[in-house]
Amino acid sequence: MKNSPISSTRKRRGLLFAVLVLLTLLAALCALSFGSVTVSPADMVDFLMGKGNEAVSRIFLYSRLPRTCAAMLAGAALAVSGAVIQTVLNNPLASPGIIGVNAGAGLAVAILCAVLPAAQRFSPLAAMAGALTAVLIVLGLTEYTGASRMTLVLAGVAIANLFSAGIDAVVTFVPEALTGVTDFRIGGFSGVTMSRLTLPSVLILASLLLVLSLTPQLDILALGSDTAASLGLNVRPVRFVLLLLSAALAGAAVSFAGLLGFAGLIVPHAMRRLAGEESLPLVAASALGGAFFVTVCDLISRLLFAPFELPVGVILAFAGVPFFIWLLFRQRGGRS
Amino acid sequence: MIRMEGLSVRIGRKPILEDISLDFEPGTVTVLLGPNGSGKTTLLRAALGLIPSSGGRILIDGIPLDKLSRREIAGKAAFLPQSRPQASIQALRMVLHGRFPYLSYPRRYSREDLEAARAAMDAVGCRRFEEVNIQNLSGGERQSVYLAMALAQQTETILMDEPTTYLDVRHQLRIMAMARELAAEGKAVVMVLHDIALALRCADQAAVLENGHLVMAGTPAFVYDSGVLDRVFGVCVRRLETPDGPQYYCAEKEGC
Repeated sequence: MKNSPISSTRKRRGLLFAVLVLLTLLAALCALSFGSVTVSPADMVDFLMGKGNEAVSRIFLYSRLPRTCAAMLAGAALAVSGAVIQTVLNNPLASPGIIGVNAGAGLAVAILCAVLPAAQRFSPLAAMAGALTAVLIVLGLTEYTGASRMTLVLAGVAIANLFSAGIDAVVTFVPEALTGVTDFRIGGFSGVTMSRLTLPSVLILASLLLVLSLTPQLDILALGSDTAASLGLNVRPVRFVLLLLSAALAGAAVSFAGLLGFAGLIVPHAMRRLAGEESLPLVAASALGGAFFVTVCDLISRLLFAPFELPVGVILAFAGVPFFIWLLFRQRGGRS
Repeated sequence: MIRMEGLSVRIGRKPILEDISLDFEPGTVTVLLGPNGSGKTTLLRAALGLIPSSGGRILIDGIPLDKLSRREIAGKAAFLPQSRPQASIQALRMVLHGRFPYLSYPRRYSREDLEAARAAMDAVGCRRFEEVNIQNLSGGERQSVYLAMALAQQTETILMDEPTTYLDVRHQLRIMAMARELAAEGKAVVMVLHDIALALRCADQAAVLENGHLVMAGTPAFVYDSGVLDRVFGVCVRRLETPDGPQYYCAEKEGC
């Protein structure tokens, strides 16, 4: 079994994961440290021992920690959601942002906050329902019209616009609906608290584990539905469960982070290049890469024009759009 | 063995297949012939339960198809669809996926699976591509990897939808030779083919479809003698006796 190709790629992959883990930890440490007040690692240790400077501890506990957790969770969730959606729909251009999953989640949150302001803490569940609705519409379109890849993306964009108009309508009638979620439309993490993260983080971590446990099935699904079925996979239920999980991931992230568009598209694409198309390394690398990318973008958004803060969605878009365009050009020139 | 008895399939209201009775017998190569839209691909997909049938029944080893789970069916018949998403994975990984029906939780491939995959690649002659990403293979090489994946599934029946389309002539002949070898090992090989000449030369059984009806099934000589191919395809099929056995070719209708 020496020189097996599978073990040689394993070595390369091991290195990639070591680098990714290191980068993610480093980004988290920087995000926890840097800001209006620098919280040094020594301060963090003091805080953990319960004997830190009170002002510093306060900033750490109520601002840095929730914010860093939020960025990492949202990045990991959106990237994995994107990786799963791309594979399940066999469409490299799909992502929770593009096919309307994020907007669906956003609309559900907006409606919940407008109609039942008291039930705001259930917004992650509403977001999940909204995300799932969008996913089901897209899935229905693929299954029943046999739509081509391009039609699918176009239909997704249309649905995203529809939901997005719905959010506008809700906000027009009930202006205070989304005040709890700063920068909702563009996405951002200011004002996030640990208690608001509890439910989404449980949803995200549970969904992540389930997606990881379903990666063998995801690999088979990537071969196309006829091949997958002839290999003994129950295509419909598996596809449904995977889309449900990707909706849960995107929905949970949107419920506290707002509409963070491109993270779900560019991270899985970059990871496809680095980690390959096999689902287990792809999903794991997407989770780490997403956490890293969004944390770094959030750090930049806080530091670039300090003391003013750009919504992280702006930084993500500035980084994401050029990448996306580059991707389109590559696909056109490469293997059309 | 897959047996179809009075099988009908409709998509929406449109009848695609009507009253098809056909056996895919072990040890034989069956070719499905018919013009575009005659229902050949649908027949393969329906035979495996990939689309529901609206009438008649399908038996696999005597058991009705709807009594079998997807995984049980996958242990009995492999399928090579004509088109599929372009995966970007190593050839050996691809072939290993042929072992999926035999995996139990947590569905990681074992050493035996790896050996079965390599044996299948040896049988097809694509072992040298084992480390290559299949996107970097030529069409013929890639098809051989897909065939190895179907072989790794170790089923009695193998269904192939236009396995020779888009391949150069050497790879076409290689696929047909593989089909004969597999039949000699006792497998039932079923192929949808557009090349009538290639099909008649290689098959044990030819089944001719027209507008969803099975108009004839039998040995190539029997089907040729009936003249049904000329009518269904609107061409003139001719036979030549050669030192390599009977060869067939098609001429335009006016020439007959």
